[in-house]
Amino acid sequence: MTKNGRKILIKGGRILDPSQNLDRALDLLIEGDRIQDLKPNIPAPVKTTELEVWEAKGLWVLPGLIDMHVHLREPGRETDETIASGTRAAASGGVTSVVSMPNTEPPIDSATLIRFVLEKAKKEAVVNVFPSGCVTKGQKGEELAEMGLMAEAGAIAFTDDGKPVMNAQVMRRALEYSKSLGFPVLDHCEDAHLSGQGVMNEGVVSSRMGVRGIPTESETLMALRDISLAELTGGRLHIAHVSCAGTVEAVRQAKRRGVRVTAETCPHYFALTEESLVSFNANFKMNPPLRRDSDVEAVREGLRDGTLDAIATDHAPHSPSRKEMGLEAAPFGVIGLETLLPLTLTTLVHSKVLTPLEMVRCVSTHPAKLLGLKMKGGLRVGMDADITLVDPNREKILTDRFESKSKNSPFVGWKLKGFPVGTIVGGKVVYKDGMLV
Amino acid sequence: MIWKRKDLLGIEDITQEEIEHILAEAQKTPEPVLVGKSVALLFFEPSTRTHTSFDLAAKRLGATVTGVPIAQSSVQKGESFLDTLKTLEAMGVNLFVVRHGESGILHPVAPQLQASVINAGDGAHEHPTQALLDFYTILQHKGKFKGLKVVIVGDILHSRVARSNVWGLLRLGAQVTLCGPATLVPKEASEWGVEVSYNLEKALQGADVINVLRLQLERQKESLIPSLAEYAKLYGLDAQNLSLAKPDCLVLHPGPMNRGVEISSEVADGSQSAILEQVKNGVAIRMAVLRLLLSSRSKNEESRGRLKKAKA
Repeated sequence: MTKNGRKILIKGGRILDPSQNLDRALDLLIEGDRIQDLKPNIPAPVKTTELEVWEAKGLWVLPGLIDMHVHLREPGRETDETIASGTRAAASGGVTSVVSMPNTEPPIDSATLIRFVLEKAKKEAVVNVFPSGCVTKGQKGEELAEMGLMAEAGAIAFTDDGKPVMNAQVMRRALEYSKSLGFPVLDHCEDAHLSGQGVMNEGVVSSRMGVRGIPTESETLMALRDISLAELTGGRLHIAHVSCAGTVEAVRQAKRRGVRVTAETCPHYFALTEESLVSFNANFKMNPPLRRDSDVEAVREGLRDGTLDAIATDHAPHSPSRKEMGLEAAPFGVIGLETLLPLTLTTLVHSKVLTPLEMVRCVSTHPAKLLGLKMKGGLRVGMDADITLVDPNREKILTDRFESKSKNSPFVGWKLKGFPVGTIVGGKVVYKDGMLV
Repeated sequence: MIWKRKDLLGIEDITQEEIEHILAEAQKTPEPVLVGKSVALLFFEPSTRTHTSFDLAAKRLGATVTGVPIAQSSVQKGESFLDTLKTLEAMGVNLFVVRHGESGILHPVAPQLQASVINAGDGAHEHPTQALLDFYTILQHKGKFKGLKVVIVGDILHSRVARSNVWGLLRLGAQVTLCGPATLVPKEASEWGVEVSYNLEKALQGADVINVLRLQLERQKESLIPSLAEYAKLYGLDAQNLSLAKPDCLVLHPGPMNRGVEISSEVADGSQSAILEQVKNGVAIRMAVLRLLLSSRSKNEESRGRLKKAKA
């Protein structure tokens, strides 16, 4: 059944769907907001007036990308990003769903604020927005926020992202409580004391620059603590933005023991190292910081062997004036929605670290599964018509023209291969041939 | 050599030839070659000696010097660092001397300015003119750098003086030993091409030069040292441990000193101390740098002007 008769026929594309282990050229028919059919040579339906045929020979057809780590900055920091601009960035990056982070101003720690995001998104967003809510009131790490009420209002996960939950007792309660609600805790792993006023990875590069360092142990120690707490409580722990070898190994060991832990990394952690910071350019500053070559290798291996489940962007827009304050004073974070696919294709798929199917698992199928989005993350008949079309061979040099309101990308000037050419959200084309629709 | 650089941001960026050129330039008698030039001093951190040294150096060369009072400036009103410099540049400033608490603050900014920029100390990153005056003082006493053993003692972790000294001394052919407790010496320093020692007596053996760093008294609160008394006992330079170095070992200190903490008064005022010479040489080095950066630029501007006229 469809709400309207609108149909889109995607012809001859390479269908990549890990949920049914499918990698072959097929036609895909969308009717309304659902996938209606998937098979060879679907004839164009004759009776419908509204039919769009998309010739997709040479293109890849993926279940829409789900970015489970996005800062939309609304409410409070609308000069950096809004729900409207952030989702436009997502659409032009081939991302059909985003999980918005709650470290806004004020932090999203109540059902009212979850509703605010959802209502704003209904009016202004061009892709699906799934809000996450704070673990603790005011993101202070002291008292649990009203997770149950936020879940009722539509929150999809809980996190104090941007800050760690330093008190182990509070984190223990958060894992227990969210378990009873059936939601994961998305964990920003960092020992705030060990990081101190650190700015970049602690190592020979930071020591030469005279810039305060953040050791990898700051992340790994907290990951180990929270894995232990997940083991203690049986709660569902998802470790955000894994940047270093120690954390990859901690997750690998935990999974072997059967702990309910999943993990994500971000493109900058498999594409860049701390060496980039020697320019003192704050567009290379994010938290956790860029690490060493050996960490990049470990992150790639973690993706390859399945230790790391997902690739998310940690899209963190900051207006140029904030990033121009100098490396030490500038805020942490880089934008990523519009570079997720080209970076992943260039650095992981074209270089044979991941197969195309393994990549799709990381950017769509796994995120859908671990967020409980049953109708997303695959291209099976009846599923949501969220689809990303990719030209794997298109080459382009990245400029600083972004749909995002901010331009803090470390990848401007990079030549990349493989770009999204179409984004369909709920059966509606929102991005086609370089243009938002 | 022909000086081409617009800015002096650090010793790490410049060549051995450039260092030697500055040291040679420092020997010249000052003449008012910078008449009509405007120098602005922007000190975002308190400083007496470096500020005064640059002030006097610029005035001796005939430049007009403007001290920008940061505490009352628009910086306090939230203006960005780049905007502040661009505003002053629009008023005709030809050269900025900047001290700032942040490492690398000048690096992304300097290329966006027409004016020259001298780093007068940025965070724990670099303090190039201090290092150059140290080199100048060493050269006056030792006549060379090659093969000298230079020991730098103290809070290496937070020291821009130490970093600038290390990059330059290594380039000039000296051997460098860094000494301090492991909390104040970055653990990666052994990868800088220097020796690292946690024992002052051992480090001092055979030393030709000792550069004693100022200990910031707040390090005690940050759990980097247990007490000043303990630091003075273990890492303070006094007549007794100085005797372990070569008899003609030169003692340097960038100032201001904590007498009785990192250095005893006996050593600070003793015959091996060149601490006041350093201060004197500071003015000569700063004149040399100002002259090189500004006069090379005026030559460039003149030749550009001539080119324009010729075309017209």
